[in-house]
Amino acid sequence: MSIKNAPAYRQSNKKYRLAPLDSKHLTGLARIFFCLAIISMVVFNLAPFLWQFFSSLKNSKELYLVPVTYIPAKVSLTAYEKVISNPLFLRYFLNSVIVSIFTTFVTLSLASFAGYALSRLKLKFKTALQFLLLLACLFPQIIFLVPLYELMARFSLISKPLALVLPYVTFSLPLAIWMMTRFFLTIPKEIEEQAMVDGFKRLAILRKIILPLSWPALATTAILIFIGPFAWNEFLFSLSFMIKDTSKTVPVGIALLSGTSMYEIPWSQICAACVLTTLPLVLFVIIFERKIIEGLTRGAVKG
Amino acid sequence: MSKNLSEQRFGLFLILPSFFILALIALYPILRNLVLSFMEQGRFVGFSNFSALFQDERFRSVLINTAIFCLISVPLELILGLTFALVLHQKFFGRGFARAVSFLPWALPTAVMAVAWKWIFNDTYGVFNDILLRLHLIKEPLAWLGRPNLAFFCIVLAEVWKCTPFVTVIILAGLQTIPLELYEAIRVDGANSWQRFRLITLPLLKPAILVALIFRSIQAFGVFDSIWVLTGGGPGGSTEPISLYIYDTVFRYLKFNYAASMVCFSFIFFLLFILIIYLTFSRRQIEY
Repeated sequence: MSIKNAPAYRQSNKKYRLAPLDSKHLTGLARIFFCLAIISMVVFNLAPFLWQFFSSLKNSKELYLVPVTYIPAKVSLTAYEKVISNPLFLRYFLNSVIVSIFTTFVTLSLASFAGYALSRLKLKFKTALQFLLLLACLFPQIIFLVPLYELMARFSLISKPLALVLPYVTFSLPLAIWMMTRFFLTIPKEIEEQAMVDGFKRLAILRKIILPLSWPALATTAILIFIGPFAWNEFLFSLSFMIKDTSKTVPVGIALLSGTSMYEIPWSQICAACVLTTLPLVLFVIIFERKIIEGLTRGAVKG
Repeated sequence: MSKNLSEQRFGLFLILPSFFILALIALYPILRNLVLSFMEQGRFVGFSNFSALFQDERFRSVLINTAIFCLISVPLELILGLTFALVLHQKFFGRGFARAVSFLPWALPTAVMAVAWKWIFNDTYGVFNDILLRLHLIKEPLAWLGRPNLAFFCIVLAEVWKCTPFVTVIILAGLQTIPLELYEAIRVDGANSWQRFRLITLPLLKPAILVALIFRSIQAFGVFDSIWVLTGGGPGGSTEPISLYIYDTVFRYLKFNYAASMVCFSFIFFLLFILIIYLTFSRRQIEY
């Protein structure tokens, strides 16, 4: 994913500023237009979440009011109480937590090993590994569905968390390895060379010198794995491999709840469940915005 | 010499776990698909699955649906993503928050947000109808998910909302590689802002746009979650993409081999697609 296009000016040693353009030079109409653009962008991206949030706070009478009210007249938490006291939803939530944490942890360990090897060591199988990574990140999930189902069934993993952790780790690896490789490239080689002279073994160097330096990068990568398409958020594999009701994850649980057309759909509870599922991610993204966006965009600058 | 050897071994030891899991979960399924598509009930049957595929009306219709879906949503995402990235690249008060919010849809579960969209598009209680009614754009509430063209609009909107952040981030990364000196130089030459955009920003963003285009096209080709939740492929199969048909073939009709042949066929389609995009956009380009 890194953009390796390196125009000639990058080779020159001349320092160039990367600071973004300042909007202060805009005047009059352009300034108003710019402000409108920002506001509409924020509203567009936030609207569906905010609407769920407002809907979840209405009591069931107000929820089904026509015409629609925007800000709830009276804040009611009954929907949340109902969702939290629903053992099945708690089970879904727990399953999601277990699967996502395992996925994040395993991916992070594999990716830091592989990233270290790719950035530091001369390796025979580098190209082969990069080819596999490309396969895993380029193609849509549906391509893998049939054989993976067959595989999981053969090893009787259907409805077991491992059936999700395995593919999630695999498809999270490309981004994670890319992040870790880029990070290790920024650590000066001299540190390790000195440690070698001092008689450290390679594994000891990795554990005692590189790992302590890597915490910030590991944290960013962990966040990206967790909020990426293959941990908390995945749907297709979870829908297909988790047959037993008690083994389902939150996205599937909520989606199935909204598809029950036979009965009246319990929208107030669905809204509350949506908010409970997405709120942690929303807070995550807003708090760690800098880490996330910089982590994703910095690579292009460094090439 | 011995140091080199130990380095090889150590490196191998480090990448072996990743290598193994990628080979098992990513490479093996792709190859297995190929084998499965030429078999039926454990026997080799040649091309019979594929010839059935060509006579399958539903397969033709899902291919067309998918193609239209990609051709509408991906360009929209690119335009919107480019705009967002250009805005977010400026300095302004509250930029951190604006960036977080513009990244947010990508971090939320697609299926859950599709449920949110379903509530927004609800024909009686939905806020979408309400806004349009208040703006006097429509006279009476519409059944957004109940009519083919409207339903198609809904799935495109949900997808564009969800996936634009991906494009935004990639283009933002591209923007950060463009040095300000170039803008200053061309300003001295008397170029206006449109010329600055056309002569510097756009050409230098080409690699980033290409990456976004390829990734988004392929992922849009495999769209599943949002459509499964929003319309289930309906009404009357009018919004059914290829992945939904494959899913149904596996889990409803239990025809694994037929599904595998569909996957193989679309796989070739994907590859051609990437190749065409790559060739059209990578002309006259310095080392990518």
